[in-house]
Amino acid sequence: MIAVTVDAAPIEVGAEHAAIAASGAGGIATFTGIVRADDRVMALTLEHYPGATEAALVALAEAAVARWDLTGARITHRVGRMLPGDLVVFVGTAARHRGAALEACAFLIDRLKTEAPFWKKETLAEGERWVDPRGSDDAAAARWSV
Amino acid sequence: MATEILYFAWVREKIGVGAETLDLPDGLATVADLVAWLAGRSDGHAEAFAEPARLRAAVDQVFVPLEASLGRPREIAIFPPVTGG
Repeated sequence: MIAVTVDAAPIEVGAEHAAIAASGAGGIATFTGIVRADDRVMALTLEHYPGATEAALVALAEAAVARWDLTGARITHRVGRMLPGDLVVFVGTAARHRGAALEACAFLIDRLKTEAPFWKKETLAEGERWVDPRGSDDAAAARWSV
Repeated sequence: MATEILYFAWVREKIGVGAETLDLPDGLATVADLVAWLAGRSDGHAEAFAEPARLRAAVDQVFVPLEASLGRPREIAIFPPVTGG
């Protein structure tokens, strides 16, 4: 079961976890991304490409389900303006055994960062700035190439 | 045939709009050719497209390199490298 959501509503981990756990597998792995409170960032605004973003996330989830024989994959990404401590993204994977769930979860967040059309803008006391991509994210995504 | 051109993040901000519907001239073979043509539309376009190496593109929502053939798409998006997650 694949579920992809891109929405401005706050992410609730309890509801997200319950939804992926309903896949009825032996193990659940999850990743939760949180707006960092460091670097003097007062707010974070996420922009996306409606339609293309959801399609990219579904494609990633389908690839993960096929590669690791998952019973479920869930990606929920928030967009719009967020504050430090707010949840940006939730990734959950369900499989019969932990190895598949853990690897697939890491695959999804690594590849999401380089393949899904989202853009982060930080609000600082002195103004706003678009976040530049990090080379370490490219390296993390590349390790899943087959 | 009119083509929808979409801009995101700082590309959108420099150009000042998120979308334009344009009739593309003949002779634009690649996405890079389109970007070069768009750069002539205004100072904002010129600034947004000054460094093509900083740009990414999608043709009909399929992500492609700038050297990709343009074809006759309904929708083209031009944007910076993505930074989600």
